[in-house]
Amino acid sequence: MNYFWDLFLGGLTRGSIYALIALGYTMVYGILQLINFAHGEIYMIGAFTALIVASMLTMQGLTGLSVLILATIVAVLYAAAYGFTVEKIAYKPLRQASRLSPLISAIGMSIFLQNYVMLAQTSDFLPFPNLLPQLNFLDSISSVIAPSDFIIIATSTAVMIALTVLLKFTKMGKAMRATAQDQTMAMLTGVNVNRVISRTFIIGSALAAVGGILIASHVGRINFYIGFNAGIKAFTAAVLGGIGSVPGAVLGGLVLGLAESFGTGYISSDYESVFAFALLILILIFKPDGILGRSSQ
Amino acid sequence: MLKLVDVETCYGCIRALKGISLSVAEGEIVALIGSNGAGKSTTLMSISGITKACGGQILFNNEPIEKIDPDKIVAMGISQVPEGRRIFPKLSVLENLEMGAFLRNDHAEIKKDLAYIYKLFPILQKRRHQQGGTLSGGEQQMLAISRALIAKPKLLLLDEPSLGLSPLMTKLIYSILAKINAEHRTTIFLVEQNAFMALKLAHRAYVLENGAISLEGKASDLIHNENVRKAYLGI
Repeated sequence: MNYFWDLFLGGLTRGSIYALIALGYTMVYGILQLINFAHGEIYMIGAFTALIVASMLTMQGLTGLSVLILATIVAVLYAAAYGFTVEKIAYKPLRQASRLSPLISAIGMSIFLQNYVMLAQTSDFLPFPNLLPQLNFLDSISSVIAPSDFIIIATSTAVMIALTVLLKFTKMGKAMRATAQDQTMAMLTGVNVNRVISRTFIIGSALAAVGGILIASHVGRINFYIGFNAGIKAFTAAVLGGIGSVPGAVLGGLVLGLAESFGTGYISSDYESVFAFALLILILIFKPDGILGRSSQ
Repeated sequence: MLKLVDVETCYGCIRALKGISLSVAEGEIVALIGSNGAGKSTTLMSISGITKACGGQILFNNEPIEKIDPDKIVAMGISQVPEGRRIFPKLSVLENLEMGAFLRNDHAEIKKDLAYIYKLFPILQKRRHQQGGTLSGGEQQMLAISRALIAKPKLLLLDEPSLGLSPLMTKLIYSILAKINAEHRTTIFLVEQNAFMALKLAHRAYVLENGAISLEGKASDLIHNENVRKAYLGI
C-alpha cells in the first residue's frame, strides 16, 4: 500500500507538470489550430532564467523564499516575452498560409532556441539548486508526502485554478474562449484577435516557466534539451485529454503522469516512455478526439 | 450615414463585388436583395472589415473605413448579425450577450440594456444560463440580434435574418426590427433572399445581381416592379 501511495504521488507530481505545459499547447491550438512545437523550449528557457537569477541572488547573499520568488518572477516574465516574440516572428506572418507552414516554422523555432541556449550557456547538465522552500509544517507531513511533491502539486493546482477563474470570469477570458469558438464572430463583437493571440502565448509561456522551475528544483539539474522531452510528453498529454480543451489538458497530464509512474513502478523503469505512448495509442483508438475532445462534448 | 462608392471585393482572383455604390441615411431601413451568390454577404463583410475591399471607398459618417480593422469598426458603431447567426456555441446565452457588450465599460447601463433585451425576448432570460449551441434556430436568431443590439450600434447590419426560420418566427423578428428602428432610430441595413419581407419592412432597397447593383428605389415601388416580382417574389 505504501509503495502504491508513493507511486501515486510521484505520478501526480509528474502529471501536474505535464498539465502545466500541456495547457500552453492546448490554448494555442484552440485559437490558432497550431501545434506550437517551440513551447517546450519556452519551458526550458524558464528553467535556465531561474537558474541564472537564483545564482546571481545567491552570490549577493540572499537565501530562501526570496530567491525563489524573485527567480520565479523574472523567469515568468522572461519566458512570457519569449512566447510573445516567437508568435510575432514565427507564426503571425504565416497566419494566412496553409497549416503546414506555421508547423514547420514552429519546429524551426524549437531547433533554433535549443541551439541558441546550448551555445549561449553550455551543452552539459548544470546543477539546479533546490529553490523550493523548506517549511516546518512540511516536515511534519513528510511521512505521508515528500515536501517537494507537495509543493509541486499545490503550486500547479493553484496556478490551474487561477487560469480557470481567468478564463471563466474575466472579460479577457471570455474573449479568449469566444475567439477559440469563432474567430470571425469574435472580431464582429469588437475583439482584437491579434491581442487575444498574443495574450494566449504570454499566459501559456508563463505557465510553462512555472513548470520549468518546479521540475528543475525537483530533479536538480537542467540542460538545453530538457524542453524537447517535456514538450513531447506534454503534447501527448494535451492530445490524450483532447487538444483544444483546457480541462482535457489537465486530465491528460495527470493520466499520463500516473500511467508512467505506475508503469515504471510495477513493471520496469526501462519502458517509461513506452507506457506514455502506448496509453496514447490505446486512447486514440477508442476516442480519436481524446478523453474530453470535441466530439465527446 | 453609410456610403459605398464603387466598392470592389475579391477572393483571390474572383471579383465578388464589381464596383457597387449605395447609401444608407440615418434612421433609415435599407434592404439589399438578390439571389444566392450575388455578393450580399460579401457586401456586409466588406463593411465590417472582415473581407477587405480591394477597390473603392466605404464611408461611415464621412470617414473612410475600408482599411480599418474589424474591432475598430465595431467601436465606431457598426454591428453585424452575420449569416447563420454564429452564436458562440459553448458560451452561455448571458455570456454571448456579454460578448456583444465587449467594448462597453458602463456596467450600470449594460444592465439596463440587458433588461430591455430580456423584455424584448423573454425566452432569452429564461435560457440565460444555457449554452448558446443548445438553442433552437429562432432563439439563436433572437440572441444574435440581441448580441448586436447590446453594443448600442448606430448602424445595424443584418444578413438573412429570416434564414431557416418559420414564417411565424420571421414575422416576430421583423416586427422587432421595426420596433428597434422606430424606438431607437437605429439605422438598419439588411440583406435578404426573402425579398417580400425585406421590402415590406424597408424604406428603400437595392437589387444586387452578380456583384453589381441592377436596380434601386423605394421599397414600396420595387415590390410592384415587374422584374422584381418575377425574379425575387415568385409572383
